[in-house]
Amino acid sequence: MAKVKPRVKVPKKAQVGDVITIKSLISHPMESGQRKDKKTGELIPRKIINKFVATFNGEMVVDFDLDPAVSANPYFQFDMTVPEAGTIRFEWTDDDGTVYDIEKEIKIG
Amino acid sequence: MELTRRDALLLGAGAVAASVLPQPLFAAEPTLDELIAAFTEGAEVKDGGVDIGAPEIAENGNTVPVDVSAEGATSILLLAGGNPSPGVATFHFGKLAVPSASTRIRLAQTQDIVAVAKLSDGSYVKASRAVKVTIGGCGG
Amino acid sequence: MRHMIAALCAATASGLALAALAEPDDQSLAVDGVELVTEIKASDEHPLDMLYSGWRFRTDETQALQTDDFDNPAFIFVEQAVDAWDTVEGEAGKSCAECHGAVEESMKGVRAGMPKWDAEAGEVWSVENFVNRCRTERMQAEPWKWDKADMNAMAALIGLQSRGMPVDVDVSGPAEPWFKRGEEMYYTRYGQLELSCASCHEENYGNMIRADHLSQGHINGFPTYRLKNTKLNSVHGRFKGCIRDTRAHTFKPGSEEFRALELYVAWRGEGLAVETPSVRQ
Repeated sequence: MAKVKPRVKVPKKAQVGDVITIKSLISHPMESGQRKDKKTGELIPRKIINKFVATFNGEMVVDFDLDPAVSANPYFQFDMTVPEAGTIRFEWTDDDGTVYDIEKEIKIG
Repeated sequence: MELTRRDALLLGAGAVAASVLPQPLFAAEPTLDELIAAFTEGAEVKDGGVDIGAPEIAENGNTVPVDVSAEGATSILLLAGGNPSPGVATFHFGKLAVPSASTRIRLAQTQDIVAVAKLSDGSYVKASRAVKVTIGGCGG
Repeated sequence: MRHMIAALCAATASGLALAALAEPDDQSLAVDGVELVTEIKASDEHPLDMLYSGWRFRTDETQALQTDDFDNPAFIFVEQAVDAWDTVEGEAGKSCAECHGAVEESMKGVRAGMPKWDAEAGEVWSVENFVNRCRTERMQAEPWKWDKADMNAMAALIGLQSRGMPVDVDVSGPAEPWFKRGEEMYYTRYGQLELSCASCHEENYGNMIRADHLSQGHINGFPTYRLKNTKLNSVHGRFKGCIRDTRAHTFKPGSEEFRALELYVAWRGEGLAVETPSVRQ
């Protein structure tokens, strides 16, 4: 399988108090655990991103718990108010325990 | 969204397609009502106060764009009762977030999707929205 | 047998009139603000009067996914191909970038003229053939399989460099017999359902086949991300799917037959903008 690659779209600059839109996308099959292997008839084990969290300067912005009904290559969009300059950090947690992460700076100006 | 003649046809097609789908049985899965009860801890849930954005007709049930929002919400539970397993996602919002989220979800068949929001005063509100899921002629 | 589609539609639609459906919608496509041609008058020798991109036959929600490169999930795979472009592979110790430099420069316009006659091979070649020639001869690496993830991602990256340019293929000279063969295939009824490409995409575009809104079957957006299988799909992969759906034994991706058909179908979409990588249902 191709490597998991997170993508995020965050404005580089904002004014204090601005509401900005943030988009995220990660390549992941979101294997539901409900599909059968066509050849063997065995259930394919569940393997999904079960959590998506965004924090700004350490403070939780959004925390999403996910079920297998979220589509492959999960996409999330949300809005947040910018309180100050800082770092927004995104984390995706896989069923296998792997955490994929990425960070972006937001400047004031 | 205005219902055009094309949409009306799709709608009919979706209904036919959905009616012939086998209904999966997963006895061990919690039901929609059980998931709502667990989220609200049994509290009363009022209707309204949650917006669900979703296509009236989804071209493919494997990727259906959906957004939810609720004024003053700290969490929103999104459910799809027509799926083999009704859970979709629970969105928790911190102080910096606007209580709204967009994602793309899987819908196994035509159904009502349900969103329950927990508001900052501890009360709960809910809404539902119908989504027709079509089965493509060339989707096989 | 051509009435089978109509019959299917009528059955599903409970007898509502079909005539009302025979139109694409009237939306215009802009990707990140850049307009793409999704409608153009066909040339005189074309069997259709007006050409419409498949994008015009999709629902608003599906259409929206293609208007922003971040929202378009195909870019997950395009980004993987960007990495692959710079990755050294094979005995020769080369990457794509070693010979071709920046993909934005060297591959600009390439997709708009594909497939095309290759004198060295003495055949009409698709993008995939050229990629594999580089891999096996210049890089001395293993060829990629047609219609698989690595190849589709690279074809999407190469195709993206022509986005917005009009499809313009050379069907003359040595390519002409391939074009003729493709044309013949287009009108050949395949499978137990006895459907030709034309049965759906020429005679019935705009109508419903069960719940699918039939397009004119242009390939200007390929490889395309399909909501159905959440990955990139190649032109030949789609051809294979279509022929399989007629309940026929299909040709293989990469085969002479599919390259001939690709040339003919590309010609049918001449003048439409390359949309690679598009999003479809």
